[in-house]
Amino acid sequence: MELFAHLADGFATSLSPLNLFIVILGVTAGLFIGAMPGLGSVNGVAIVLPMTFIVPPSSAIILLCAIYYGAMYGGAISSILLGIPGASTAVATTFDGRPMAQQGKAGLALIVAATASFVGGTISVILFTLFAAPLADVALAFGPAEEFALVLLAFTTFVGLGGDDVLKTIIMICLGLALSTVGLDLISGQPRLIFFDQPGFYSGISFLVLAIGIYGVGEILYTIETSKSAPSVTPARLTFRDLWYGIKEVNKLWRTLSFGSFLGFFVGMLPAAGATPAALMSYGLSKLMSKKPETFGKGAIEGVASPETANNAASTGSLLPMLTLGIPGSPTTALLLGGMVMWGLVPGPMLFIEQPDFVWGLISSLYTANLAAVLVNLALIPLFVWALRMPFTVLCAIVLVLCIVGGFAPSQKMHDVWLIAGFGIVGYLMRKADYPMAPLVLALVLGPLMEKSFRQTLIAEQGNIVAFVERPLSGTFIAISVVFFLLPLLKYVKRSPRAQKVPNEPAE
Amino acid sequence: MNNRFTRRIALAFAASAALMTAAPAMAGDWKPQKPVEMVIMAGQGGGADRLARLFQSIIQKENLASMPILPVNKGGGSGAEALRYLKDKEGDNHTIMATLNSYYTTPLRTDIGVDIEEFTPIARMALDTFVLWVNADSDIQTLDDYVAAVKAAGGEWKMGGTGTGQEDSLVTAMLEKEFDIKVTYVPFKGGGDVAKNLVGGHIDSTVNNPSEQLGFYNAGKSRPIAAFTPERLAAFPDTPTMTELGHPLVYDMQRSFVAPKGMDPAAVAYYTAMFEKLNASEEWQTYTAEKSLAPDFLTGEALQAYFVEERAKHDALLGAMSEGS
Repeated sequence: MELFAHLADGFATSLSPLNLFIVILGVTAGLFIGAMPGLGSVNGVAIVLPMTFIVPPSSAIILLCAIYYGAMYGGAISSILLGIPGASTAVATTFDGRPMAQQGKAGLALIVAATASFVGGTISVILFTLFAAPLADVALAFGPAEEFALVLLAFTTFVGLGGDDVLKTIIMICLGLALSTVGLDLISGQPRLIFFDQPGFYSGISFLVLAIGIYGVGEILYTIETSKSAPSVTPARLTFRDLWYGIKEVNKLWRTLSFGSFLGFFVGMLPAAGATPAALMSYGLSKLMSKKPETFGKGAIEGVASPETANNAASTGSLLPMLTLGIPGSPTTALLLGGMVMWGLVPGPMLFIEQPDFVWGLISSLYTANLAAVLVNLALIPLFVWALRMPFTVLCAIVLVLCIVGGFAPSQKMHDVWLIAGFGIVGYLMRKADYPMAPLVLALVLGPLMEKSFRQTLIAEQGNIVAFVERPLSGTFIAISVVFFLLPLLKYVKRSPRAQKVPNEPAE
Repeated sequence: MNNRFTRRIALAFAASAALMTAAPAMAGDWKPQKPVEMVIMAGQGGGADRLARLFQSIIQKENLASMPILPVNKGGGSGAEALRYLKDKEGDNHTIMATLNSYYTTPLRTDIGVDIEEFTPIARMALDTFVLWVNADSDIQTLDDYVAAVKAAGGEWKMGGTGTGQEDSLVTAMLEKEFDIKVTYVPFKGGGDVAKNLVGGHIDSTVNNPSEQLGFYNAGKSRPIAAFTPERLAAFPDTPTMTELGHPLVYDMQRSFVAPKGMDPAAVAYYTAMFEKLNASEEWQTYTAEKSLAPDFLTGEALQAYFVEERAKHDALLGAMSEGS
């Protein structure tokens, strides 16, 4: 088959000693960049990009992709150990990763995250290899109506699922949506909700700021309160038995993992979405499909595995529209696109035909980068876990500093640091009142996308709201959303003892 | 083979080390002390974005700056996000902004507290052109076909663009007035997004810049109908201009760089010299020829005068547009 011949040629490039060295260097650097709150793959790629002129384009892109991949793995590390998302894509990993670490299972959580990332990365690279060209057409078929339907699907998975109070979930989603409208209106350019005339609100509220505030600062406040007398030091030892146990645990989750990989790849492929929404959607859907949804948010292994699979799969997926359509699916791929322009390559439908050496060299390097990333990551886990053994009083201060750095670094505005402090206090209080935080973050991530696609569709269809259901793809998504929305209700009917007496009432 | 690679790597490190210790001598005595942020007034993948990234890459490759240039997209609200951002950077010597025509249209349309005359002009690099595009699957071959099809759609014809008040919406308004047609204008986040939605069949036509559609055009997925230029474009020799079809519609878009208010004059001189060298580079000259851009270099006071004049022109255009609807 022509495909495999191309791939074999590609491996001839990516397996050369220099390129292997570059991959290992890249993933290791990426791992640390990703683990640092406030620094993500974007920063890593941006810093290294100018240095890549000296090596040939194929080696340069291999280095950049290795950093990209490494950072995707690294993001989970601080999410789990410190409860601060190391990168925006790892926001969902904090939901269950942090509770696992508090229960003394940090090592297991890290192993799960690494192996799940590997599975997600590998499945998506295989999908990429086999279907890159035809899938570009799927990305094209996604218009505003389809984007809206997909976002709606993400929301419905979060409403009314086991464990969380339905009303509180809806309140948090509404709050998140309201926060997402802060800033300049995408369509008319009018300023909206500029609180106290602060210029900082013109650029909107970044969900990373919210997540760092709630999960970083809020978490510390909560921990300080609950462990006043006996600061908990996580017992951290890691042996090969633990590793083996972790891999076995992950193995049990094959359903979650394969689902997360497909979902992540697909969502990542859509130019408007990307790895963060993909991870959140995967988390929601795996909770929906889980037999024990009530364990989510309290340290469920699946809750770590599903977003980590999806964000790695999505990072590969977002390379697809960049290469085949010339449209980057994420900020990092936009930088890679810039790099390609620099090397004289024209991304777009003709790239696969005109530059097969480059394309297949890149694809094959994704396989090696993925393998290198999981090995380096697993090898370094004992080091990361060891960091947790420091006394809580010390750790607490470090985490606070990292929160501030992580909030300040991307925008370089004190405004965001104050917001983090504010969100931290509000988050702490809301948590005490038992409000779920994940739907809030989800709503802030997806809100702008949802609003934009909803309004675009209505403008294009002359205000005809039926258009969402008429189009085959978006109609299907909306139908699935409705089912998901009703599913917990049906489960409730089944479980409730009264259900047998009045079977029809709740189904109404 | 490997030997050469390792040597290149060694060179790479040597070069980057050299960058840190000794910056190349440039005009004046000022030079950037940290990476320079290049704000882009548009989303990723559009014409403005691609061009800004090309500038960045040429600057890095030819070593025109002693510090890396980092492009940052701030495309929200038709560039309002970027304008506000630049305003907040008053006195900053390490921020420059790549502009397009929304540089004057956005503050005219919405009061965002920005006066562009306060900003420091650096250099105008080029004038970009507009072409009317349809999906290659459509039956439309000529401008007459196009006008007939839009009329038949009765106002439901979907024209994609990057936001009301943006260049493409002005071109759309010109089309509507000239041919007495009515279209539904659907805003997207950037020119690349618009191009993708045309090829995906979600909108019926666009007035993209040539560079935004070139990839799809080469793959046979989109079709140029007519160009809004005085002369035919070298890249599309078979595409007539609006003017030669009897409709004198010409519109172009400036691609310039500006800096925040109160930038140190020495820094202004540094960036001006940098763009002068960029303008003279072979890559840039080849690119403009291939992508149908007119390199039209302008700096300093002359550029500021040009901005003010264009702003007045657009004020009139926008006024006519709001009267029309």
